Amino acid sequence: MNAMFAIITRDLLLVMRRKSEVLTALFFFVVVTSLFPLGIGADPALLRKIAPGVIWVAALLSTLLGLHRMFAADYQDGTLEQLVLSPQPLVLLVAGKIIAHWLVCGLPLVILAPIIGIQFDLDVDSLYVLMASLLLGTPVLSLLGSIGAALTLGLRGGSVLMSLLILPLYVPVLIFGAGAVYANSVGLNISGHISLLGALLILALAFVPWVSAAAIKIAIE
Amino acid sequence: MWNSPAEFFAMGGYALYVWSSFGVCALVLILEPLFVRARYKAIVRRLQEERLAEQFDQENIE
Amino acid sequence: MNEVNHLSKTRWFNWLKLSSPSTFYPVAGKLIPIFWILTAIFGIAGLWVSFFVAPVDAVQGQGYRIIFIHVPASWMSMFLYLVMAAWAGLGLVFNTRLSAMMAQALAPVGAWMAFLSLWTGAFWGKPMWGAWWVWDARLTSELILLFLYLGFIALQASIDNPRRADKAGAILALVGVVNVPIIYFSVKWWNTLHQGASVSVTKAPAMAQTMLWGMLLMALCFWMYSIAVGLMRVRAIILEREAHADWVRQLSEVKI
Repeated sequence: MNAMFAIITRDLLLVMRRKSEVLTALFFFVVVTSLFPLGIGADPALLRKIAPGVIWVAALLSTLLGLHRMFAADYQDGTLEQLVLSPQPLVLLVAGKIIAHWLVCGLPLVILAPIIGIQFDLDVDSLYVLMASLLLGTPVLSLLGSIGAALTLGLRGGSVLMSLLILPLYVPVLIFGAGAVYANSVGLNISGHISLLGALLILALAFVPWVSAAAIKIAIE
Repeated sequence: MWNSPAEFFAMGGYALYVWSSFGVCALVLILEPLFVRARYKAIVRRLQEERLAEQFDQENIE
Repeated sequence: MNEVNHLSKTRWFNWLKLSSPSTFYPVAGKLIPIFWILTAIFGIAGLWVSFFVAPVDAVQGQGYRIIFIHVPASWMSMFLYLVMAAWAGLGLVFNTRLSAMMAQALAPVGAWMAFLSLWTGAFWGKPMWGAWWVWDARLTSELILLFLYLGFIALQASIDNPRRADKAGAILALVGVVNVPIIYFSVKWWNTLHQGASVSVTKAPAMAQTMLWGMLLMALCFWMYSIAVGLMRVRAIILEREAHADWVRQLSEVKI
């Protein structure tokens, strides 16, 4: 456990030294969501309708942007190999990296989303649901993304390939997450959506660290 | 069932859709094995050339 | 060859003997013509039933006949993904190269089946429901399945080290297998939530017996085809990857 916290602290420290990387991903989130009204038109009713989907898709893409940082830098300078060789279980170290990634890439999205939501004329109720769905969903995005990042370590064109590999896996999270906000806006019960998001999170937490650890070992050897 | 070949090909007005579907299907199912056969022949040819090169080297070294 | 004479319908037993590329290569070569013949037999029978036995549909007229390739292609695309993932998983667990090669050989066939399913689905949907593409659950899941196939192929293509490619592909395929039901369920959920096309493109007309037979025969045809092409491709892959092995150099095809 200590190892996991050590990794989280280390990764966060590294991020603090290069704040610009993180901020650019968040900037991307804001810019992309602003592009849609510019492209489609500013009719408030329309914006309210597309807001859940747009914000969620932008969250997906921002997460993808930040994923390369999870393992790639450490892979290049040999740190990842040391982590694999260390006596600590690789699963814990991988879990630590995923948590650090979420703290840096996912949690800020949850906090920023209401502001974007206001731009799209969402009412307060919808904003709460949006935050809740993102709170449950972004960890899943970080988790699933780690699989793609681990599989494509060191490959030419790795980032694009990683996106192609992960995006199909993101579909259920997108559907339940955006669906929750939409369902709420038309007055349907969202407990189903939220439970399913929770179920995805639990499933991902249970399996993904092992899968990613296996993928890293394959990439290293 | 079909009163004439013309009727068969017309497919009750759905000719475009039915024949495009069956046509593309036939195309894929014929082209794919052909491509695989080409790949197979390419590797066999490469192996033959390598073997010839080896034999040539052996003959010339002795 | 003794292996060929002792082949039974379920070849699990003989599989262990055949787990090396050098023993499997000639066996595959002998099997390929058999599967092509089976493909032709089932294909002719299936097409006969599709066009000359199955009656015209009351609602959809003659256009429904597309179902006789659409449904088999869909079934095969999903079935082949499972088989591909199974081979890849075996290769990962038992560290056998041949299992991984089989997965590699099946991926393109499965991808083409998914493509055919989408193409025929579009050409079926256009006359029936007026649109080339409807976002119904089955078609959308099929599209994502195609992406999963393409991702598998792309990942293996971009890794130079063959063993790393095998294992990485295996992980991706296994993750995909777990996700396909989740994706399908979520897309169905999404479909009902947004009350999209209230008719499903893949809702078939009330099944007459003959229609079922047609679909079954065409499905068998596609299955035999997939095995035939898969075996052809795996032979090419074996030669490519085992190029420096002695047994390859001794092959009659290579010795001129």
